[in-house]
Amino acid sequence: MALLELKDVRTFYGNIQALKGISISVDEGEIVTLIGANGAGKTTTLMSICAITPLRSGQILLNGKEISRVSPNKIVKMGVSQVPEGRRIFPQLSVSENLDMGAFLRTDKEGIKRDMEEVFAIFPRLAERRNQLGGTLSGGEQQMLAISRALMANPHLLLLDEPSLGLAPLVVQNIFEVIQKINKERKTTILLVEQNANMALKIANKGYVMQNGVIKIADTAAHLLENEEVRKAYLGL
Amino acid sequence: MKVRSILADVRKSLGIAVWAMVLLFPLMVMKVSVTRGVAQVQFRWNLLPFVGIAGFVLSFVWRIALEWKDRRGNNKSEGAFSRVKAWGGQYFARPAVRKSSLVALLCFVIAYPFLFGMYHTNVMITAFIYVILALGLNIVVGLGGLLNLGYAAFFGVGAYTYGLMWKYLGHSFIAAGIDPGWLFWISLPLAGIMASLFGILLSLPVLRLRGDYLAIITLAFGEIFHMVMQNSSDITGGATGISLIPRPWFFGHKLPPPQAATYIYFIAIVLVIITIFIVRRIEDSRVGRALEAMREDEVACEAMGINLVKNKLITFALGSFWAGIAGVIMAAQTTYINPDSFTLWESIIILMAVVIGGTGSIPGVIGGAILLKLLPEYFRALAQYRMLIYGIAMVLVIIFKPDGLIPRKRKQYTFEEKELSK
Repeated sequence: MALLELKDVRTFYGNIQALKGISISVDEGEIVTLIGANGAGKTTTLMSICAITPLRSGQILLNGKEISRVSPNKIVKMGVSQVPEGRRIFPQLSVSENLDMGAFLRTDKEGIKRDMEEVFAIFPRLAERRNQLGGTLSGGEQQMLAISRALMANPHLLLLDEPSLGLAPLVVQNIFEVIQKINKERKTTILLVEQNANMALKIANKGYVMQNGVIKIADTAAHLLENEEVRKAYLGL
Repeated sequence: MKVRSILADVRKSLGIAVWAMVLLFPLMVMKVSVTRGVAQVQFRWNLLPFVGIAGFVLSFVWRIALEWKDRRGNNKSEGAFSRVKAWGGQYFARPAVRKSSLVALLCFVIAYPFLFGMYHTNVMITAFIYVILALGLNIVVGLGGLLNLGYAAFFGVGAYTYGLMWKYLGHSFIAAGIDPGWLFWISLPLAGIMASLFGILLSLPVLRLRGDYLAIITLAFGEIFHMVMQNSSDITGGATGISLIPRPWFFGHKLPPPQAATYIYFIAIVLVIITIFIVRRIEDSRVGRALEAMREDEVACEAMGINLVKNKLITFALGSFWAGIAGVIMAAQTTYINPDSFTLWESIIILMAVVIGGTGSIPGVIGGAILLKLLPEYFRALAQYRMLIYGIAMVLVIIFKPDGLIPRKRKQYTFEEKELSK
C-alpha cells in the first residue's frame, strides 16, 4: 500500500479549476518529484494534500486513511509537513523560535530539544544564527530554516515546494544533497515539487510531469530523464 | 556640499512659503463680514507676510529634522545623545540600580493619592484604566496583528456588566442584607468573561478577514454596540445611561468619595500589575509566539499545524478580557455610564496609545497610554487644539520613531555552550 495516494483530485479557486483529476502515489521511503511549468498546479497539489486549499472531489489517502476532509492541523499531526513555496519563514521571530513553531503540535520538550540539535547538525549555519531574526537571513539560509522548521514536526512525509527557488546554483546543490540525506538517514518520504527538473529527477525515484492541471507523464525518474518529450520541454536539451 | 544643501533647503522652503500664502489667502487674509444683509470683504494684507514667514520657518525646520533623521539612521552609535543613552542603559542594567529605582517608583505610586488629593488621584485612575485597555489591545494588535477598531465596545461590555448588575441585582442585595459592595468584586471577573465572550462572538464572522476588512468589521461592531446600548432604553437606560453605580465598599463600609477614589486607585494599581504580569507571561509563552507567527504568515502557520481558528479566538478573547476589567473600574470610578463613553473615538485613542507608545512593546504601550491620558488633563487650556496636537504627534511619531516611543525589544535567549557537547 502506498503511503500517500491521490485519486482523481479536483481543486478549484472559485470558478477556476486548478487540478483536473490528479492521481499520484508515493511509496514509503521514496523521493517522488512533481515537475511542470508555471501554473501547472504543482503547488495546488501540495496545498490540497495539506487541506489548505480543500479539494472539491476525489480522494487523498494517507496510509490508506482518507484525509481529504481533515483540518490542516490534524494532517500535520498525522506526520505530513510542508515546506511552503517561497519559504515563508516568520521574519520577526528568531531562528530558534521559528523552529519551535515547527514543533508546535509536539509537547515532548526533550524530543524537541534533541531534534533542534539534530537540524542544527544538518545545517550548522543555522546554529550560528539561532538568535538572529528569520528576516535577516539570506535566501539560502531561509530555505534551510524552512526545511528545518518542517523537520521539527518530525514528519513521516515531507512536502517540499520548489526549494531551489531564487537560490544560487551552489546553494541549490547543497540543499538537494541535504534532501537526499534526510531521505536516507531519517527515512523520511519526500514529495518534491520542482521547476528545476534536471536536479529533481536526478535524486528522485519516481516522477510526475504536470501540465495545466493534469498529469501528463508518470514514470520512473531514470526513464523521465531519457524521455524525448521531457528532455525537450523541461530539461532544455 | 553642506552650503549647497542648505541653499537648496532655503529655496524649497521659499517655495513652500509662497504656496502657504496662496493656499491660506482666503482663510487668513480675506475676512467676510455681513452687515445688514450685505457681505463685505475685508482684506487684512498685514497678515500675509506672517503667513509667509511661518510657512518658511516651519518648512525649513521640517527639512532640517528630516536630514537629521537620515544622518542618525546612518551612524546610530555616534553623537552625544546616544552616548548618554548608552551610559544610562548600562547604569540601569545594574540590578541594584534597577531594583532601587523600581522601589522608588513603587513608593511614589503608593504615596501619590495622599500627596496630591482627589482630583489628581482620579486623573491617575483614568490613566491606569487606559494602561489596562492599551495592554489588552496590544495583545490583539501587537501580537496577533489583527487591527481592531471596535475595542471600546468591549470596554463598554465591561462597564455595562457592572452597571446592569447593579441596576437589576442591587436592590435584592440590599433587601437580603448583603453588602452591595460585593457586586463590584463579582462583576470584575464576570465583566472580563463577558467581554471575552463578546470577543469570541465578534471573531467568529471575521475569521477569514485581515487588514482593512477586519478593521471595517470591528469598526462596525463598535458602532453596533453603541447603537444597541443607546436604543434599548428599557434594559440599559438608553442614552441616559445608568447612574448612581456604587463605588466599591471597603469591607462593608461605604466610603466617602475622596477615600473611595484612593481605594479605587489602589485596586487599579493592583490590576495594572496583574495585567502586566499576565501579558508578559502570554508573550513569552508558546501561545504568544503562535500569535506572532499568525501575524507574520498565516499560510505558513497552517502548514506548521497551528490552528488559525483557535488562535484568532484566543487573541480576541484574551484581548477583550482586559477591556472588560477596565470597564468595571471605569463604571465604579465615575458611578455613571452612558453609551457615549464607548464610541469610535475611544477606540481610536486606545489604538493611538498602542501605536505611539510602540506596538508590541509593553513599556511603550504603558507609556503611550499614560501620556495620551495625562497630557490632555493637564493642558486643559489647550483643549480646543487637542485633535490638532494628536494629529501632529501621530505624524511626528510615524516619521521619526516608526516603531513607537519605546520600541519593542525582542528577548534574547542566550544559548549555553554546554548543550552542544552533550
